[in-house]
Amino acid sequence: MAHEQVESRLMAYGHTACAGCGEAVAARTVAEAAGPDVIIANATGCLEVFTTRFPRSSWQVPWIHSLFENAASVASGIEVALKALGRAGEVKVIAQGGDGATADIGMGAISGMLERGHDILYVCYDTEVYSNTGYQRSGLTPLDALTTTSPAGAMSWGNATRKKDLPAIFAAHGAVYVATSTAGFPTDITRKVKKALSLAGPRYLQIHCPCVAGWGIDSSKGIRLARIAVNSGLYPIFEMEEGVLTRVRKIKPDELLPVVEYLKEQKRFSHLFKSPGGRDHIEAIQLAANSNIERYGLMT
Amino acid sequence: MKEIRIHGRGGQGNVTLGEFLAEAAFAGGLYAQAFPMFGSERHGAPVTAYVRISDRPIRLRSQVYEPDHLIVQDMSLFAGNDLTGGLKEGALVVVNTSGPVGDLGIAEGFRVVGVPATELALEVVGKPIINTIMVGAFAGASGEIEMDALEKSVRERYPGELGEREIVAMRRAFEMVQGAVR
Amino acid sequence: MREMMEGSSAVAESVALCRPKVVCAYPITPQTHIVERLARLHAEGRLDAGYVLAESEFTAASVVLGASATGARAYTASSSQGLLLMTEVIFNIAGMRLPVVMTVANRAVSAPINIWNDQQDSMSLRDCGWIQMYAEDVQEACDMHLQAFRIAESLNIPVMVCMDGYILTHATEPVDLPSAGEADSYLPPFEPRFHLTPTDPMTLGAMAGPDAYMEVRMLLHRSMQQAAGTIRQAAVDFHEMFGRYAGAQLDTYHADDAEVLLVSMGSLLGTMKDAVDELREEGHPVGIVKVRTIRPFPRSELHDALHRARAVGVVEKDISLGLEGILCSEIRSAFCGAAETPGISSFVAGLGGRDIRKEQIKEIALGLLSDNTCRVEVTGLDHEVLWRAHEEE
Ligand SMILES: Cc1ncc(C[n+]2csc(CCOP(=O)(O)OP(=O)(O)O)c2C)c(N)n1
Repeated sequence: MAHEQVESRLMAYGHTACAGCGEAVAARTVAEAAGPDVIIANATGCLEVFTTRFPRSSWQVPWIHSLFENAASVASGIEVALKALGRAGEVKVIAQGGDGATADIGMGAISGMLERGHDILYVCYDTEVYSNTGYQRSGLTPLDALTTTSPAGAMSWGNATRKKDLPAIFAAHGAVYVATSTAGFPTDITRKVKKALSLAGPRYLQIHCPCVAGWGIDSSKGIRLARIAVNSGLYPIFEMEEGVLTRVRKIKPDELLPVVEYLKEQKRFSHLFKSPGGRDHIEAIQLAANSNIERYGLMT
Repeated sequence: MKEIRIHGRGGQGNVTLGEFLAEAAFAGGLYAQAFPMFGSERHGAPVTAYVRISDRPIRLRSQVYEPDHLIVQDMSLFAGNDLTGGLKEGALVVVNTSGPVGDLGIAEGFRVVGVPATELALEVVGKPIINTIMVGAFAGASGEIEMDALEKSVRERYPGELGEREIVAMRRAFEMVQGAVR
Repeated sequence: MREMMEGSSAVAESVALCRPKVVCAYPITPQTHIVERLARLHAEGRLDAGYVLAESEFTAASVVLGASATGARAYTASSSQGLLLMTEVIFNIAGMRLPVVMTVANRAVSAPINIWNDQQDSMSLRDCGWIQMYAEDVQEACDMHLQAFRIAESLNIPVMVCMDGYILTHATEPVDLPSAGEADSYLPPFEPRFHLTPTDPMTLGAMAGPDAYMEVRMLLHRSMQQAAGTIRQAAVDFHEMFGRYAGAQLDTYHADDAEVLLVSMGSLLGTMKDAVDELREEGHPVGIVKVRTIRPFPRSELHDALHRARAVGVVEKDISLGLEGILCSEIRSAFCGAAETPGISSFVAGLGGRDIRKEQIKEIALGLLSDNTCRVEVTGLDHEVLWRAHEEE
């Protein structure tokens, strides 16, 4: 069924996201960078919901939503069809979804897409939580973060697992381009989307997106926090081509911040500051950031 | 049976407000039911919550079309929405506003009460938590809900210092609206 | 003690009272509050179970399959897309005769995507070999979970407890939960009839060829057909212990002398009862038959409950596209071969969260009183939207 479209941007502001939504900023930046000659397959999630409430759509590019778990497979079908119909050169294909769609329920489908070598850019909007359904944990939820399915309690310090290393996993599949970016630096997103789309083959871009309600932050603080995530080493920003690290966003020595600066502003980490045992947990998170700095050479 | 409709936006504690009312009525020996209707669960999206209170078990599950009372947590919702649609003659309308209720453009025939809930919340609670204030105002203006029962519900849900401040604000609202019915 | 509780919280507490040993569920609106409450109970040390955060419903269903096969009482919950994603495992759980219990928070099915209530999701899975029970209110949903584990474990048939999403999962109302001791005396610890263990190695999930497959399926079919007694006993014993009875496979309301009988499942029955009270006051002989289990299908009980009426109106929140309401077709089958048959009509209503008003129910009943011809109707349609959509096609 056709939808009534609003405004003339590729992804219009006529959407209904929360104030301060990082995912909205990132998705819009991706759409603008990709340009009009694109087909987007979108997984179920906030982005799908806030851009397409019947009878409206924010999308000015062809766009399809099927299910939560199958965006990469639907995109595979689109890409194969374009080739079969002799239209492959004209149109790019993007698949996109949240961290839940990407790291959890749809990961098998992405694995298949990468393995088959489809000419698709998969974009993950990493809010580190299932935003759409009320903030449950995902495989990209960081250690100790509170979510509604990883609450703190006598038996729990919040999320018990480390963030799944999707870029490494997807690079190991042989993806031609794997990169991370952040809503904190939209120009970085633009550059990476353009670069990714200039290459052929399966590509993966993971964008850190603040979620106001999911993180428990003030709606004006998301972008700043996203930058602190980068400048503390917690969210390394890098590019890998053919499995090799080719470029990182460096942290200048005077920009380096301790992880406490990041954690203390967010309700999802507030329990770490309330009881003495939290100090060890914060320490462990700092060590993880340090090891990112080392592993990706963020300061050298 | 009394039916109450609550209008607000996601994040304003509309559902909880309904639950406070239902719990307090239940504590007073009545049957009660509270349930929400979400547009989507997003912050800021319009949310409607419903409460039914009766001296008999409540089986009806439809939305409320002809409420006895209305609570409006966000007066911006009056624009473009027929909030008083179906409202019973003489119904009580409790609105979060710091201005005169006459400016809201509400039709005649209802008892309208304004409460500056947002200001009161910032002043007393230190945070824009308005639902406890609105429920206090409703209790004060309607005389249908016991404050003791409300306080108990609030305390159970928000134990600690924040909850106590909310209760102070709730009492202020309760007193503020005594005799304020238009 | 009766207290005010939100449906999902009350159900989660009831599940905890059943002492499952493994809980694994994946969040989906409107089931989320159930899994969130269970997560909290687990974090607080009040749910002594392996609590697994799965990466999909497919995994959640598979985890409870594995757990149940290992002899643990296992529980999951889902809704809509999640339930459908589980489908393959759901058939498997039943075929293996594993007594898993699952809550379904009933929700519409995509496309178009819709998070609101109807019963298309579980109704579409009625042939999977699970017992399916539908709760009318939060209290019944809670009580049903205790009954469900008992039924499942005594028959080795999995049970779905279906409750209307939002309407029940998000409703706060008075609920009486048993104490842990009471729950324990109603639901004894799980004694698996078989399980995976090296001391008595068994093979689960073996292949059955054309020489045996039919027989294995027939065994499940027959157990299902013979489940009536167990389901009744679970309800009767429950009544005896807790003083609450909401029917076994059926229940009736003002049905004895009714010329028109309305049939439905789930939370709509409440609204329907209010409508019937008003109709009775106005002098109209209208009654209700509540279907509590659609599988096993209480065919002869339904025949007996309905056959004296002139007209039967089946009001349901699902549709077999291209035919009619699913329950209606099945009710027609209860009259196969009967000499006299009431006029049985299908009323599809409330799809995708469309509200159903008491007045709508009264209109249906009054319509059937004046004309009992069999018909299929969709009630509560917005003809303007329909027309617009049609134009676009
Ligand atoms: C099979 C299936 N299971 C569950 C859901 C419910 N559901 C919809 S979106 C979502 C979470 C989305 O989280 P994420 O992918 O991180 O995207 P976000 O909303 O954070 O952008 C869930 C659990 C569904 N639609 N389908």
